[in-house]
Amino acid sequence: MKQAIKIGLIGGVVEILLSLIGMVEAFSQRDIVAHIISMGHTLLFIVALFMGYLAAKRTPRTGSLQILSNSFISGLIVGGLVSLLVIVGSLINLRKVFVNAMPVLYELLTFKQGTQIGVFLLLGAGALSGALAGLFFLSPKLIRRVLLISLGSIVGAGVLQDLLRPTFALWGPLAIINEWLFTANGLTIQGAIGLFLLISAFSLFWFRKGAAIQTGFQQLPPAPQRILKMTGILILVFILLILPRVLGLFLSEVLTIVGLYVLLGLGLNIVVGYAGLLDLGYVAFFAIGSYTVAVLTSPELGFFSLSFWQALPLVIVMGVFSGVLLGTPVLKMRGDYLAIATLGFGEIIRILVLSDFLRPWLGGAQGIGKIPKAFIGGFEFAGPQQIYYLILAGCLLVIFISLRLRDSRLGRAWMAVREDEDVAQAMGINLVATKLLAFATGAGFSALSGAIFASKLGSVYPHSFNVMISINIVCVIIVGGMGNIPGVIVGAIALVGLPELLREFAEYRLFVYGAALVAMMLLRPEGLWPEAVHRRELHEEEGDGEGSESPPESKPD
Amino acid sequence: MLKRWKKRITPTDVVMWLIGGAILVLIFWGSIATLATGTYTGHHWFDFIIFGLAQGSIYALIAMGYTMVYGILRMINFAHSEVFMCGPYTAYYVAAAFYSSGFLDQYPIVSLIMIFLVSMATSTLVAVLLERIAYRPLRTAPRLIPLITAIGASFFLQYTFRGFYGSGFQAYPVVQILEGEITFWGFRILKFQAVVIAAAAILMAALYSFVQRTRLGKAIRAVSEDKETSALMGIDIDRMIVTTFVIGGMSAGAAGVLYALMFKQVHFFMGFIPGIKAFTAAVLGGIGNIPGAMLGGIFLGLVESVGPSLFLDGLGIVAPYQLKDAIAFTMLVLVLIFRPTGILGERLTVKKA
Repeated sequence: MKQAIKIGLIGGVVEILLSLIGMVEAFSQRDIVAHIISMGHTLLFIVALFMGYLAAKRTPRTGSLQILSNSFISGLIVGGLVSLLVIVGSLINLRKVFVNAMPVLYELLTFKQGTQIGVFLLLGAGALSGALAGLFFLSPKLIRRVLLISLGSIVGAGVLQDLLRPTFALWGPLAIINEWLFTANGLTIQGAIGLFLLISAFSLFWFRKGAAIQTGFQQLPPAPQRILKMTGILILVFILLILPRVLGLFLSEVLTIVGLYVLLGLGLNIVVGYAGLLDLGYVAFFAIGSYTVAVLTSPELGFFSLSFWQALPLVIVMGVFSGVLLGTPVLKMRGDYLAIATLGFGEIIRILVLSDFLRPWLGGAQGIGKIPKAFIGGFEFAGPQQIYYLILAGCLLVIFISLRLRDSRLGRAWMAVREDEDVAQAMGINLVATKLLAFATGAGFSALSGAIFASKLGSVYPHSFNVMISINIVCVIIVGGMGNIPGVIVGAIALVGLPELLREFAEYRLFVYGAALVAMMLLRPEGLWPEAVHRRELHEEEGDGEGSESPPESKPD
Repeated sequence: MLKRWKKRITPTDVVMWLIGGAILVLIFWGSIATLATGTYTGHHWFDFIIFGLAQGSIYALIAMGYTMVYGILRMINFAHSEVFMCGPYTAYYVAAAFYSSGFLDQYPIVSLIMIFLVSMATSTLVAVLLERIAYRPLRTAPRLIPLITAIGASFFLQYTFRGFYGSGFQAYPVVQILEGEITFWGFRILKFQAVVIAAAAILMAALYSFVQRTRLGKAIRAVSEDKETSALMGIDIDRMIVTTFVIGGMSAGAAGVLYALMFKQVHFFMGFIPGIKAFTAAVLGGIGNIPGAMLGGIFLGLVESVGPSLFLDGLGIVAPYQLKDAIAFTMLVLVLIFRPTGILGERLTVKKA
């Protein structure tokens, strides 16, 4: 009871926060199901449902009536707090302080029914969603999972409608799906119901038969198993190759951005993930790569005017060199000190590039323009659909190198340094060489990414290289799962790709990002797709062999 | 003897000394060249120093929060810059209300105190919530995790306040009694700078004596020395940590109002740069060390304000003032390399560093 009230209060505060920062309002512009429910309302319902579920889960006694009443109460309190906001808002003008407390917000919160009726509606809606969450908690596991997946996919389809609609439209026969599933804003009703049934049937089938299929695969003799795996890889490669043709211009642009972050992430993964050196100034090498290409190729400054491919080896050399140069001073530092010193380096590089002092060489605040595109024969890497292949090639190369390095003697030395520097040194690992090699390799990858970035944009500006990029990359690695290559890719898609797709909510992007980071660290610190060792390490105290509690995420990538 | 000495010097050390020596020579040469040309008169230098002192004492107040939290939890509270931002941003609405009703001009002292109180209360509230929600569950986690959490919390707070109050700059109302200048033995000081320096000095003295003299302060010091032992001595660790965050929040809130009075505007992103500078100051002074943070802050403020004209102008660098942040960060890196314990810091054991 006490727990339920507490959880309800937290939920209510969260909903008020979401309303006052304007998220509910902005999200209401997009309907999940046309004219039935908007994204803003979905957001509020999800919070209320989650709190109801939490209240049910935290109930000490297992009587179902007790559980139901607790989740009911917490839902009611969530509704109550929001209606309190509505009442206060109707009495006092909150807009003087909170810019987003507009009349539209109250209309949304009261379902356009005016304050008096709206308050009761709110209480009812809160209590209802609490009770639903309680029922959900009490239902069998199979039903819970099926419901979660199918409802989740409806919300997903609604949220990503702008992405799905043009993609379907590109494919002649699939265009019919559009008419059936989508209206101009939101899913159609029959589409939503159809999707729900389809996904439920499919997931039901998978939960029943999936295990059998997997064991069937494992029981096959090795030869056909390998053939199956190879076909899988071939299909993956084929999909990767035709992706930009299929997805169109905008999505290819998003892909290239994700690809650049994957490149950066893989580079930093060597420094942070393998060698355990937290580098918060990684953007410095990205900037050095970009600026080296710019200075070497751009006719605007007119020093060299090389082509992209002539410049590329020099860029990598420059990156490696700067990695050693900036790595040397920080060799003896550990942990937080290292993080802050590297952050300082990153800022120093940006400020130097921005300054008027180096303007004759680096262009100052106006940057450097007219960077030529890369050519292979007659093929120009002009737009995102062509640059994509350049980035893909870079990613594959870097993945290959990372994998080989990880299993090499050097990789093992890095991991030894990560686990315990002193022990590693006592075992005869040369700390200076090992650490410098980590910095140099990471910097080389980053410079490669920077070179592609410069050639993609055709110009470089100092403002593209602020400290947020470094922090973003660190977050990509950590969210994805430190030290793990697929994890980096998943992290880049989740943290860079998704926000790019939801551009119209750009204002709330970093808000969600921050909340997600905190939640992630509190609930799943090993990342979405962790490396086995790291995962075990973080869950040590909970006892071994608890892997069954949270199965590894099977995110499609 | 010489042989043993030789053995202990590694090539990295030599490289470091060379870099350090080169920078020292540059600073020396630049200063002499500047002074020789005589571009700046004594009054210029005096203005630079006063500005540096004012700015530095604000850094010092913020640095207090960083250094105390680091001392007790061994974590960089990256979100402290947002604790610093939210106070004056919230107090802006109080100040604006006072200004439009004329209360500010009638009773300037009372309104200033009110503004300070609101700002300090908001910052303290945010700091305590931050500790409770984001940091407390992570006490025993590996070190990277609280740092990432703090970065996440920093984004979250920034954009929460952006959502609350909007994304524009808000101009702080002008307080009439803080305008104009006062003259001391022929030197003119802008009034608000004098007020900033005086207020910061009073606050720092109060804080220092609180930590050194009172029982609570003693308990905090004990916890930051050794958590387990102080728990055995009957000190409530959680309470001490919360108290630390309260003190950090209060000083950040006060520093925020001083900052707003000095630069006359608030913005949701205003915390970032002062935050990093204050952290630099804390490291400069020796992290975990309260007088060190004060000294480091003032030193950093002075170097930032005097440095560009003194060191760089003489080297013939165009627009040296653009490079003041670079000077601050170079100082940070140099201190971390050559004296990682900071100016006043005691020797850190491996566990602490």
